[in-house]
Amino acid sequence: MKTITVRYFAMFREHAGIDEETLSLDAATAADVFEHTRSRHKSSEPAGHCKVAINDEMADWTSPVADGDTVLLFPPVAGG
Amino acid sequence: MMRMTTDPIDPDALRRELFDPAAGGYCSFEGWVRNENEGHEVLRLEYEGYEPVAVAEGRKILAEAAEKFPSLHAHCVHRTGMLEIGDCAVWVGVASAHRDEAFKACRYIIDEVKHRLPIWKKEHYTNGDSGWVNCERCAEHAHGA
Repeated sequence: MKTITVRYFAMFREHAGIDEETLSLDAATAADVFEHTRSRHKSSEPAGHCKVAINDEMADWTSPVADGDTVLLFPPVAGG
Repeated sequence: MMRMTTDPIDPDALRRELFDPAAGGYCSFEGWVRNENEGHEVLRLEYEGYEPVAVAEGRKILAEAAEKFPSLHAHCVHRTGMLEIGDCAVWVGVASAHRDEAFKACRYIIDEVKHRLPIWKKEHYTNGDSGWVNCERCAEHAHGA
């Protein structure tokens, strides 16, 4: 098990009702973390439209997560 | 220079920062808050950004633009917070020796900024509803689809 801090932004934050939470997870990749939070917060947004960062660095869904990492879940972006 | 700000964007002041005697051309893009989106009358837009990653990713985009379309200076500023119709939400400015690089770099930067920076906008509609742009589930909620 790994201790992962998950941060939620924009609609993810509104949906989860929290800015962040620390979870004890059996997760190998960022995608595993996302899937866990999707079922935890009953979210239906597909990963394909979303982005992820690990410890403030943009990452891919296949990027590995390590014990103590902070995973930032970004819903579909809309700058400009 | 890549910057996020909650203050109003002043394009004239930003333009002056790019002045360079070696520049033969300057191209800029301003993204403004529009009063309509997909048939819904918009009252105002609320922008949220995650600055540490947005600035880092913005700097990468500026570096990519400099590599692809060599220019003298390229800057980008994105605003966050509650914006009214007509407000400038994003500004891109490029100064270069010749116009071609300025046009191309400016276009590249704004296109990448829109797709890559962790910035979100919530539309507030005249009917009292609101919805996050590009978020399918939220759009369904907001529009009752």
